[in-house]
Amino acid sequence: MEKFKTGIYQTFVLNDNYMYFVNGLKITMLVALFALLIGLVLGAAISIVRSAHDQQGEGKKNPVLGFFNILCQFYLTVIRGTPCMVQLLIMWFVIWASARSTEKNMIICAILTFGINSGAYIAEIFRSGIMAVDKGQMEGGRSLGLSYASTMKNIIIPQAFKNAIPALGNEMITLVKETSIVTVIGLKDLTKGALIIQGNTFQALIPFFAIAAIYLSVVLILSWIMSNIERRMRKSDQR
Amino acid sequence: MISVKNLTKAFGSNLVLDNVNEHIAEGEKVVIIGPSGSGKSTFLRCLNMLETPTSGQIFFHGEEVTSKKANLNKIRQEMVMVFQHFNLFNNKTVLKNITLAPVKLGRMSKHEAEETAVRLLERVGLADKANAYPAQLSGGQKQRVAIVRALAMQPKVMLFDEPTSALDPEMVGEVLSVMKELAEDGMTMVVVTHEMGFAREVADRVIFMDGGGVVEQGPPEKIFTNPESPRLQDFLSKIL
Repeated sequence: MEKFKTGIYQTFVLNDNYMYFVNGLKITMLVALFALLIGLVLGAAISIVRSAHDQQGEGKKNPVLGFFNILCQFYLTVIRGTPCMVQLLIMWFVIWASARSTEKNMIICAILTFGINSGAYIAEIFRSGIMAVDKGQMEGGRSLGLSYASTMKNIIIPQAFKNAIPALGNEMITLVKETSIVTVIGLKDLTKGALIIQGNTFQALIPFFAIAAIYLSVVLILSWIMSNIERRMRKSDQR
Repeated sequence: MISVKNLTKAFGSNLVLDNVNEHIAEGEKVVIIGPSGSGKSTFLRCLNMLETPTSGQIFFHGEEVTSKKANLNKIRQEMVMVFQHFNLFNNKTVLKNITLAPVKLGRMSKHEAEETAVRLLERVGLADKANAYPAQLSGGQKQRVAIVRALAMQPKVMLFDEPTSALDPEMVGEVLSVMKELAEDGMTMVVVTHEMGFAREVADRVIFMDGGGVVEQGPPEKIFTNPESPRLQDFLSKIL
């Protein structure tokens, strides 16, 4: 018990160590949030290109769309085919090799890497959402004289987004936890905070359980938010 | 009003429509009957280019629909379609389903469109469902909304693709009576259906299709009481 008290004291109170958790959580959330925004924009754009390409009638493929489709497929293959940590290492130590190791630079690098990474997964999540919308919805729109773009915007994408929400929530949760690998470039996120405290105090149990609990709390809050959004969007399905 | 010349449609090596020639006059009510796989739905879907014909030409008011330069969105506004599975927009209320296209396409102001929608909904007995979502309606109600949605475009022709085939038997009547009313108002209609009673009562002309082509056609009295071709006689003997 005495040992436990010392652990708590050294982890949180000594030298204001709790600030490592506070600041670390801020950075973790900052990176996750902006990466998610980039991922959503990238994912939406790619999924639209990919499904627009796939939905073309036979024998009248648009060459411009075909080019972008190949570009998108290349991106998806590379990003989904390599570990996120490797992407982060390449981004920071190769592409950004000349950048100074300021916290600001590291945060921007992390946001870009995770944004580009989750964009690939979100693209496929959105695409499956689009594909899951009944073909009749598009025909219904087109048969009234609405254009492809207008039908997409007003009919298909809102329904696709609703379809995608459970998987999107999943991706969001994964993203928050995945950001813990930014420690490898030295960014002081939540996980790095616990590592620093361990290095200073030789305490392992309390700091690591503490960040586990913090990650879990964040995930629980996110899940709760997502299920609320999902319930609200299901309104039109109620009988 | 609609002219079809040498229309052929193949899905891969499967020839669905084989050199079909047809003319549909303004105000005419044409009912297309035939066994499944005869190409009647494909024929209908080619008329508004939901299916792209493999070869042949289709003209609507003298304008070539099948031309690459044709403004399909414009043509479809005047030649709307009612589907077997309704295809109502699931994410929109009934009112929104009806007003979306006329408003987005600038045919009516929002206010005008809503007034039209309410008036038409009253006509088909669904005024109280304006704010319901499609999922909350029965099949018959959905199809009546789909007809109202098509009608709100103030089309010149309405295409019906087996509008009652997905309905419970007791809901078929309510949809057919709406269609009969439309016919009485002089709407040009092309209807693919298995409802022979409707064909008999409403059609100016019945077309019997089989094997990708028109086998026999004529006024309903002749088609149903005095069929010439053995294939039609066989078909009628099975369903009547």
